[in-house]
Amino acid sequence: MSTELTKRRESLMKAESRQKLLAFSSLLVMIIIFSLASPNFATFSNFVGILLSTAVVGILATGVTFIIITGGIDLSIGTVMTFCSVIAGVMITFWGLPVWVGVIGAVLSGMMAGLINGLLISKLRLPAFIATLGMQMIAAGLNLVISGSRPIYFLHEPRFRLIAMGTLFGIPYSVFLFFGLAIVASIVLGRTVFGRYTYSIGSNEEATRLSGINVDRWKIGVYVLGGFFYGVAGVVMASRLNSAQPALGVGYELEAIAAVVIGGASLSGGSGTILGTIIGAFIMSVLTNGLRILSIPQEWQTVVIGSIVILAVYTDIIRRRKD
Amino acid sequence: MILVQQPLVRMENIHKSFPGVKALDNGQLELRAGEVHALVGENGAGKSTLMKILTGIYIPDAGKIYYKGNEVQLTSPRSALDLGISIIHQEFNLVPHLTVAQNIFIGREPRKHRFMLDERKINLQTQELLDTLNIDLDPKAKVMDLAVAAQQMVEIAKAVSYNSEVLVMDEPTAALADNEIEQLFAIIRRLKSKGVGIIYISHRLEELKQISDRISVLRDGAYIDTVETKETDVSKIISMMVGRELYEDFSDEPVQVSGEVVLEVRNMTRKDGRTKDVSFTLHKGEILGFAGLLGAGRTEVARALFGADVLASGEIYLRGERVNISSPADAARFGIGYLSEDRRHLGLALGLDVTSNVGITNYDDFKSRLGWVKSKELKGSVSSLVDVLNIKTPSIDQRVANLSGGNQQKTVIAKWLLRDCDILIFDEPTRGIDVGAKHEIYKLLNDLAAEGKSIIMISSDLPEVLRMSHRVIVMCEGRITGELSRKEASQETIMSYATAH
Repeated sequence: MSTELTKRRESLMKAESRQKLLAFSSLLVMIIIFSLASPNFATFSNFVGILLSTAVVGILATGVTFIIITGGIDLSIGTVMTFCSVIAGVMITFWGLPVWVGVIGAVLSGMMAGLINGLLISKLRLPAFIATLGMQMIAAGLNLVISGSRPIYFLHEPRFRLIAMGTLFGIPYSVFLFFGLAIVASIVLGRTVFGRYTYSIGSNEEATRLSGINVDRWKIGVYVLGGFFYGVAGVVMASRLNSAQPALGVGYELEAIAAVVIGGASLSGGSGTILGTIIGAFIMSVLTNGLRILSIPQEWQTVVIGSIVILAVYTDIIRRRKD
Repeated sequence: MILVQQPLVRMENIHKSFPGVKALDNGQLELRAGEVHALVGENGAGKSTLMKILTGIYIPDAGKIYYKGNEVQLTSPRSALDLGISIIHQEFNLVPHLTVAQNIFIGREPRKHRFMLDERKINLQTQELLDTLNIDLDPKAKVMDLAVAAQQMVEIAKAVSYNSEVLVMDEPTAALADNEIEQLFAIIRRLKSKGVGIIYISHRLEELKQISDRISVLRDGAYIDTVETKETDVSKIISMMVGRELYEDFSDEPVQVSGEVVLEVRNMTRKDGRTKDVSFTLHKGEILGFAGLLGAGRTEVARALFGADVLASGEIYLRGERVNISSPADAARFGIGYLSEDRRHLGLALGLDVTSNVGITNYDDFKSRLGWVKSKELKGSVSSLVDVLNIKTPSIDQRVANLSGGNQQKTVIAKWLLRDCDILIFDEPTRGIDVGAKHEIYKLLNDLAAEGKSIIMISSDLPEVLRMSHRVIVMCEGRITGELSRKEASQETIMSYATAH
């Protein structure tokens, strides 16, 4: 029995690394094709642009990866992110508080939204889809109410803009922040008890509960962690635009979820990695960037990205069927 | 010295109700250290509920639980585990995406630096544990890749690893082959000698003779009696469990099977190679038994015949005519019904009511031209089937999830009868069904055959195969290795063909 077992395991491991390889190599192929197609693609400044534009979605996607691995979903990502930008704007511009206080306030409000999501889902047993859809709309409304439906500019605080746009070796800080957070998230997911229970809840929640684990508490933790990432993304976003744009937000949740799914996570839970999510986020931003450089109209860019999501998930299904 | 031993666990007067159901009405149990205490009863008798109360999954409405003489409150699985009470669940409670080792140590992982997992230690300790239990498994294998029997062994290893003084085993042998059962019994005997008290739930009464010291019987949520295993026999236990007469059919007279061939399968080979060159015939009014070990390819034959899986080659003839079955919808149109071994997942929509479940294969017959469901007529037909099959349900609007295993099985049967299928494939028709309901299913199979329906019955329960089949086909590793008449078939002949590689 055990030899047969090991064989199956080997083939499975091969399949798993094959998938990562597939995603990564399609990213490389894309980069090569765009480089050949346009001299404007493979330039330092364009690469920096890609990195910068991946940072926000990448941070959001990293946060929601945990949630998706537990078998949950979060539709409030985009508007909660904006909510955090608005809070930063209120604290820094309206109240004149120091930048660091505004940043902490923004991140804490993201975590607070996550906490509410988590409580609704675990304690009141609302489906995650519904709870976070509600949160999406609540946050969207609050953004307009709090800001008076007008953008809040950070004109008095030039240092705020440095968070995203200040550079080291020509690379913006926000890119370092993104990679730093991704590495930490990867360790948390792969090596800690928190990560283990994230997978375990997504794979079989009941079994996890019966093993004596307080599933509710860990689930809430996962949503709070997600909120932390949305808060950071909100700060980066506001800093990049040098303003909190209250009408922004809807649409980001789907981009973030798409990145996670392209990266190989299953919406039914139990599988997914941070590395996969990052590759997924880059596939989307490289594609958007490349198509724009090739002067393909923006409307068509969305069509292409939608097709890529379907294609990515379909190849994953085929791969699983073969095993 | 006083020789009266303090019982390890005593449960007194346990009551538990669920909305609409009284699950336990005076449940009792006394477990001594170092004994194997069997707990028997029909499905719905309250065994699992009593055990879920003992392991902190359910909280009783009333009653007292004493552990080593002290009254305890068990409010969560954790609190029971901390006291030293663990359970091997009947339905696997493993996390499929995690490895064997990660599953065994879930909830109490060895850590480094407070938050980080010590994966090396988890694997090492698991290997040690598996070695002491003599289980041949790779700690790093993902549970989702393991066969059912191997998963069961993981469950056992996990429960043992808590070093509990009380170990509850709910149907631990349901998925195991004979040699694995021996292995399990060896583990049980070792634990017993260490003073562990084991509560052992099983429907296989013969097994209890081998392994248990005492037997407690529950019926309809109430405690009936506890007896010493040595001083009792199987029929006594059954009568305590059932409290009513059983349908018996020991007719040895030759069964009338017409010579008319209804179905012929020639050289069936599946694309995945799990059946090879399978050929057989099925007659009108015949019960054709399919015997073999787990994984012999019996279910695979059924699924391929039913169009659920893909064939590489082979021909299927219905009443002499060659047919092409490429989907379950085709099979149903040709009058072939398949009753899956996993009825909870593949046979029923548990959240829906009886009517919807029975009706699902038949809406074509019960819809108006515009596509409206003629619900009055449908309900009429369903009601009459519920009566004929004696399905015990408060009404046909009851959710199937609330029915007992036997009645769920009958609901699946009703579904195919309504469709008027004349070839029925039963895959493990009585698995997980209690003795009383089992006999009703047997009677039903005989009645269906007598009416001229043709039945393929896949079963791993040899006495069942011998008792029910007019003819027995034995499979091994995807091939048919033997075909036996009712006269030739015996446990010995079947087993010799089933292991004939």
